[in-house]
Amino acid sequence: MGKLFAFLGGQLAAFFIQVFQMFCYGVRCVTEMRHLYLYRHQIIEQCYAVGVSSLPLVCLISAFSGMAIAIQTAYQMEEYVPDYMVGALMVRSVILVLSPILLGLVLSGRVGAGVASELGTMKVSEQVDALASMAVDPVGYLMLPRMLAGAIMVPILVIYSFLVAIICGFAMSMIKMAITPTELVKGMKLYFEVYDVFVGLVKSVVYGGLLTFMGSYKGLCTAGGAQGVGRAATAAVVISSALVLILDYFLTHALLY
Amino acid sequence: MATETAIEFVEVFKSFDAQSVLKGLDLRIPWSEITTILGPSGCGKSVTLKHVIGIERADVGKVVVAGYDMARIRHGELIELRKRIGVLFQSSALFDSMTVKENVAFGLRMHTRMSEEEIAERVHVCLDAVRLAGTEAKMPVELSGGMRKRAALARAIAMEPDFILYDEPTTGLDPNTSSVVGDYILKLQSELNVTSVVVTHDMPLARRVSDRVALLYDGKAVVQGAMEDVEAANNEVFELFVQGRLG
Repeated sequence: MGKLFAFLGGQLAAFFIQVFQMFCYGVRCVTEMRHLYLYRHQIIEQCYAVGVSSLPLVCLISAFSGMAIAIQTAYQMEEYVPDYMVGALMVRSVILVLSPILLGLVLSGRVGAGVASELGTMKVSEQVDALASMAVDPVGYLMLPRMLAGAIMVPILVIYSFLVAIICGFAMSMIKMAITPTELVKGMKLYFEVYDVFVGLVKSVVYGGLLTFMGSYKGLCTAGGAQGVGRAATAAVVISSALVLILDYFLTHALLY
Repeated sequence: MATETAIEFVEVFKSFDAQSVLKGLDLRIPWSEITTILGPSGCGKSVTLKHVIGIERADVGKVVVAGYDMARIRHGELIELRKRIGVLFQSSALFDSMTVKENVAFGLRMHTRMSEEEIAERVHVCLDAVRLAGTEAKMPVELSGGMRKRAALARAIAMEPDFILYDEPTTGLDPNTSSVVGDYILKLQSELNVTSVVVTHDMPLARRVSDRVALLYDGKAVVQGAMEDVEAANNEVFELFVQGRLG
């Protein structure tokens, strides 16, 4: 029993130490913002890596999810509501939930894991120490540009995802369910709220910053060679995916009620 | 800041989790000389170097570099101090997403207001000093181990440092390339008049380049002084190390 308590105590202590470390990294990121001009090339480079490089994947998953949600909405509602409601419900689902969460999860895998393994490799091959020895703060040079790129580019990707998912969803509704474009647009116009878009974008800014922060943090804390890099990448994906879902609840609650 | 010794360790203790690495290290490194820190693998040589650049902090004791107490140094002072230190890492640690030129120019771009022409000129001078002129456009992965060490050396000297720290500069190199790296350590010392610290377990290299040596064992400097004095002292641990029998 004593051993169990000691184990649990150790785990709890390790958890709080890690949370404190994350807080310290976050504070360092904020203080390094005064050197933004110095890191401008890295920010542009990372915006390209996070945003432009993710476009084909975002396009693909948004198209299929938009079509799936159109079929599902029509299937659930066809007996009870008029056709134009399919458009209204689909658009709101895509904007409020589907695109932000889906992109948060998918980009946790694509971007978060990539960042963690890239920085983890730099850490174990002493490149991070080399940066520090050359009087360049690794948090400012490596973490801050990635975090900013995430917070800037993920909302842009989410807007792109809105458009692709809605267009593909509408197309599917017209082809499969024979709902006319007039009905779909009518529903969309009746229930569309600009505030919903704002909520979706706020969520995506948080998720974008979070998944790149977690990837960078896990990468910079990597220890133990190739195995350590693998562990860092896995941990970055698992933690940021879980946090995306947990934060989604809190953000939805805070922004909609 | 004018001080008698360039780098000083006073009763320094350092542990990682349960493992004690430095156990009361006392070490003095004078200005403008080559001091070699010898010792078997895992005795804390690289950790000692990391204290000099402020990547590691002593748990107990005092590390003084160029007059700065590393435990109390302010962030701005640490940045300025690091600009005066060039480091050659054991794995070279070249940034693998950059070309050789970008690697060498990195510190200049981050810390100086030099124009691109001036930077290109400085990069050329540094690469020429290590006989790597013409490799500017190559990526680190395209270089051999010895060339990578030399490129890292060019990067270390680009900012015209007062200190050059060499972490295992000959590890993984064949005897000829090791000899070439030794030549460069001597050449840079005579041309730049820097304070050099070489961490190695390579005795031939130590004999060739060192003005002073210190042998680290069990977290302490068991012997230190001029190379000839240390060899003449008949220190038992040093003898065992030279014979390759020190575990």
